[in-house]
Amino acid sequence: MAETVQFDLVSPERRLASLAAREVQIPGAAGDLTAMADHAPLITTLRPGMVRVTADGGTQEFIVTGGFAEISGAGVSVLAERAVPRADMTAETFKAMVDEATDRLAQARESQSGAAGIVDDAAKLLADMVAMGDEIGISAR
Amino acid sequence: MPSLKDLKNRIESVKSTRKITKAMQMVAAAKLRRAQEAAEMSRPYTERFNAVVRKLAASVGDGENAPRLLAGTGSDKVQLLVVLTAERGLCGGFNANIAKLARAEAARLMAQGKTVKILTVGKKGRDALRRDFGAQFIEHVDLSEVKRIGYAEAQAIAANVLRRFDAGEFDVARIFYSRFENVVSQIPTMQQIIPADMGEAEAAAEAGDAGTVYDYEPDETAILADLLPRGVATQIFSALLENGASEQGARMSAMDNATRNAGEMIDKLTIEYNRSRQAVITNELIEIISGAEAL
Repeated sequence: MAETVQFDLVSPERRLASLAAREVQIPGAAGDLTAMADHAPLITTLRPGMVRVTADGGTQEFIVTGGFAEISGAGVSVLAERAVPRADMTAETFKAMVDEATDRLAQARESQSGAAGIVDDAAKLLADMVAMGDEIGISAR
Repeated sequence: MPSLKDLKNRIESVKSTRKITKAMQMVAAAKLRRAQEAAEMSRPYTERFNAVVRKLAASVGDGENAPRLLAGTGSDKVQLLVVLTAERGLCGGFNANIAKLARAEAARLMAQGKTVKILTVGKKGRDALRRDFGAQFIEHVDLSEVKRIGYAEAQAIAANVLRRFDAGEFDVARIFYSRFENVVSQIPTMQQIIPADMGEAEAAAEAGDAGTVYDYEPDETAILADLLPRGVATQIFSALLENGASEQGARMSAMDNATRNAGEMIDKLTIEYNRSRQAVITNELIEIISGAEAL
C-alpha cells in the first residue's frame, strides 16, 4: 500500500470529504498540481476546476470554485467557497455559476475605475469556468 | 367579582395561549438543533480559514504593501456598524440585547466625534434602531424571504460592505450579533471585520506555528489580497449562523417561560373559579334553609 495523506475538503456550509488519499489533484491559480505524501508545504489559491482525489477505494471528483488549498505535513486541506461532488453537478447549477461569472466580468468592465487587473481577473474566472464545463461535458451555452 | 362564566372563558383563553406557546417552543427546539448543526458544519472551514489568514498576515506584516483590508485606511473617522438581528420577534431579549449593544457603541463613537453609519440585517434590528439613529441609517438587508441562511446571503452582505469600503464610505466596520453559548445564554457580541482584526496573529506566530515554512503560489501578498475579502464573508457567515442558533435558543427559553407562566395562571384561575362556585352553592343552601325555617 502506498503512503497516504490526510485529505479534507470543506466549504463554508459543510465538510464534503475527509479521508486518507494517495494523491490529490488541485487546480491551483498558477497551474494544476498533484499533492502526494511528503509534498512540500504550500498554500495556493484555487481557480475554478476539479479536485480529483485518488484513494485506495477509488477516485472522487469535486467541482470547486474560489478558495485555497493548504498542503502541510499534516495533510491536504482544500477550502472552497463552493464545492460540489461531480455527480451532483447539474447543467442548471453550472449555468448559474457561469452567469454569475459573466455578470462579474460585465461589472468589472463597467466600473472601469479599478486597474485593468480586475477585468482580466474576471475574464480569467469566466474562461476557467467555461473550460471546466467543457472538461466535465456540460456546455455553458 | 367576575362571574363564573367569565372565569371559565378566561381559563379557556389562557389554555389556548399555552397551547400556542408550547407549540412554538417545540418548533424552536427543532429549528435550534438544525441551526446548531449548521453552525457546527461551518466551523472547520472558518477555523482553518482564519488560521491561514493569520499566518499570512503575520508574515506579510504591516508593511506598506499590506492590503487596505488588513492595514486599514489610516483613519477611523467613519465607522460602519453592521447589526445582525432576527426577522421575527417573540424570542425574549435576543433582538433587544443586540440593539442595546449597538446603540451603546454608536453613542460612544458619536461622543468621540466620529461619523457613524448603520447597516442592519434583519427587520427587528432596523425597527429598534431606526427611531434613535434615523439619520445614520444607510441600508437595510432583508432576509425575511430566506428560509435557510446559506453562504450566498453572507456573500451578498459582504459584497455590499466591501463595495462601500472600496468607495471610501467608511474606515472601520464592526458587526453585532449574538454568540450562541447554550440554550439559556446568548451573548451579544461586537466584532471588528474591517480592517481585519489580527489580534491573535502575533500570539499564533509565537506559539511555534512558524515551524513550517510554506511556499506560496502566487506570492503572499496576492493570496492575502484574495483571501481578505473572502474573510469578511466568512466572518459574516459564521455570525449569521451563530445568530440563527441564538435566536432559536432564545425563543425556546422564552416560550418555555411563557408556557410555564400560562400554567401557573390557569392554576390560579381554577382555584378562583372553584371558590366562587363553592360560594354560589353555599349561598343557595343558606337561601333554602332560611326559607324552610321561616315556615
